[in-house]
Amino acid sequence: MRLATHVGKQGMAAPTGKTLFEKIWQQHEILRRPDGTSLLWIDRHYLHEGSFNAFDLIERRGARVAYPSLSVAVADHYVPTRNRDVDKTNPAILEMMTRLSRNTHAHGIRLSDWHDPGQGIVHVVGPERGLTLPGLTVVCGDSHTSTHGALGAIGFGIGASEVAHVLMTQTLWQKRPRLLRVSVTGALGPGIVAKDMALTVIARLGADGGRGHAIEYAGPAVRALSIEGRLTLCNLSIECGARCGMVAPDATTSAYLRGRPHAPADFDRACQDWSALPSDPDAAFDRELTLDAADIAPTVTWGTSPEDALPITASVPDPANMRDAGRAAHAAEALAYMGLRAGQLLTDVAVDRVFIGSCTNSRIEDLRLAAAVLAGRRAVVPGLVSPGSMLIRQRAEQEGLDRIFIDAGLEWGEAGCSMCVGMNGDIVAPGARCASTTNRNFRGRQGPGARTHLMSPAMAAAAAVTGHLTDARALLTGRV
Amino acid sequence: MEKFVAVTAVACPLPLSDVDTDQIIPARFLNRTRAEGYGPYLFHDLRGQAGFPLTDPGYAGARILVARRNFGGGSSREAAVYALLDYGIRCVIAPSFGDIFAANAVGNGLLPAAAAEADVELMLRALQEAAAPLCVDLTACRISLGAQAWGFAIDPVWREKLLLGWDDVDLTRSHQTEIDAFVALDRERRGWAWI
Repeated sequence: MRLATHVGKQGMAAPTGKTLFEKIWQQHEILRRPDGTSLLWIDRHYLHEGSFNAFDLIERRGARVAYPSLSVAVADHYVPTRNRDVDKTNPAILEMMTRLSRNTHAHGIRLSDWHDPGQGIVHVVGPERGLTLPGLTVVCGDSHTSTHGALGAIGFGIGASEVAHVLMTQTLWQKRPRLLRVSVTGALGPGIVAKDMALTVIARLGADGGRGHAIEYAGPAVRALSIEGRLTLCNLSIECGARCGMVAPDATTSAYLRGRPHAPADFDRACQDWSALPSDPDAAFDRELTLDAADIAPTVTWGTSPEDALPITASVPDPANMRDAGRAAHAAEALAYMGLRAGQLLTDVAVDRVFIGSCTNSRIEDLRLAAAVLAGRRAVVPGLVSPGSMLIRQRAEQEGLDRIFIDAGLEWGEAGCSMCVGMNGDIVAPGARCASTTNRNFRGRQGPGARTHLMSPAMAAAAAVTGHLTDARALLTGRV
Repeated sequence: MEKFVAVTAVACPLPLSDVDTDQIIPARFLNRTRAEGYGPYLFHDLRGQAGFPLTDPGYAGARILVARRNFGGGSSREAAVYALLDYGIRCVIAPSFGDIFAANAVGNGLLPAAAAEADVELMLRALQEAAAPLCVDLTACRISLGAQAWGFAIDPVWREKLLLGWDDVDLTRSHQTEIDAFVALDRERRGWAWI
């Protein structure tokens, strides 16, 4: 596939084609310094409660926001997902909400606060409203901004100083990352979804294997994903350390965007521009990784890094069998933290609770998939389902998914980052084990001492039903 | 921004890989403001563990950290850099860094010095044997410990930025004419991209 890439690398014929990433980058380059640093125009800037440090930096300079209409704020990290009565119950959370509303109001930036019917997780809301479009540059003070690449945009996370820089100038200084194409050939098997694909890629590349790179996901198995699947895949790009992840826009992309509230008024004109974005056949990538979708199984993590991922049919690895000393040391520490035994079957690992939500897996297709496993069944452990936005929540209720979750014994929550990061107080108890559809199994991520296993919504639902890590395929037979 | 030219100080060995920003500062402390200071929360949940080097009196006053690969991966929280700086750390030496962490570090005058894995192992071993001052010299991209010395890598643009204590916003504003010209053209060319 794409032989031209390799020909170019061997110096026989320099490729003239451009990648999706290069085309967008060039369209946003205001200038390039002789040292190779580019000043890039930023089309969309998303803000959340954590952005207060950036507003403080602006205030210290006495500066103003240059293009307030291009920034959009949503309350998500601290928003309660179980009890929205923050005015009365939680002054610390109320303070975070107040800071965001005060800062956005002072600079004329639109905000969806926790009362807004359109509120949700920023990486769910951006695509849902049609704010994120193909060909755009999208930034946010959150590492999972890589999500937005699913629509064919360059989306990446930045820190508070860069957030302040974007607010003040609508630009960023960036060095062009190297380009890595991840191609997935063939087709995913039944019950195997984008989350399994992403975890498999991360396990293959390593938690820092994508460092300094922009990833383009390609190949038939990627192309076959819905936009929601692509959002999950691109969301997890940061978990292999990549700067961003993206999928070329196609008919699936335009069909998803048409009619959304912020979709361009002249939609056909926009589609015409977008059709020129996909990588040219002779475009060159610095690195290539190819996987066969047939080799991707339902995948779970066992350790404390997203790279610690294995098929559910595997056993907990033995650090003694690892050749790399650093890797063995990491695995031994991870097993101790996770309370696991080398050689133990993954399907024998009992869980204490489940969490279905986060910017990775809280969209309507995720909820439908979890509901397909849970319908007519009871969860044997407690769990929380937190939809990605209040609009998704509404849609799920129209479809009766809330009844399935509640009848199964799970809690039906509201929209926010919730138990993925625990900043709103929804945490996993110390030492407790959570089957989670989130993105990070870091030590203490879901609460001090919490043990996280990452997996797809189907797998988390299956763990809820059986009380241990489970191959969801058996519980999905005849249901999807 | 405070310049970084050279620092000679006690270096604390942190023989861990994949020290993500959730470990550097747990999420529950992120609602603090910079004015309140983030120093007390640096490695909050690791500090309690027996033998955690940063709390070892032998490494008191450390201004340099030496860690294993992929330091600062994960969340984009700049508070991870604030916590290190507020604690007194000016330089982290590791084989590799999370991209966003490294950018945040440079923007705040904290040097992310990328040294070869084997050299980092030698530094860790030496520092674990006996606390000693390291000298990190950004002008020469050189780390020295007694008679031993190693090189380190940093993006040349970042190096210059640290050496001069550059301010990005001032630099960007000096290009306002080019930005305005870009905007005028872009509104015509990609009208659909504007909201």
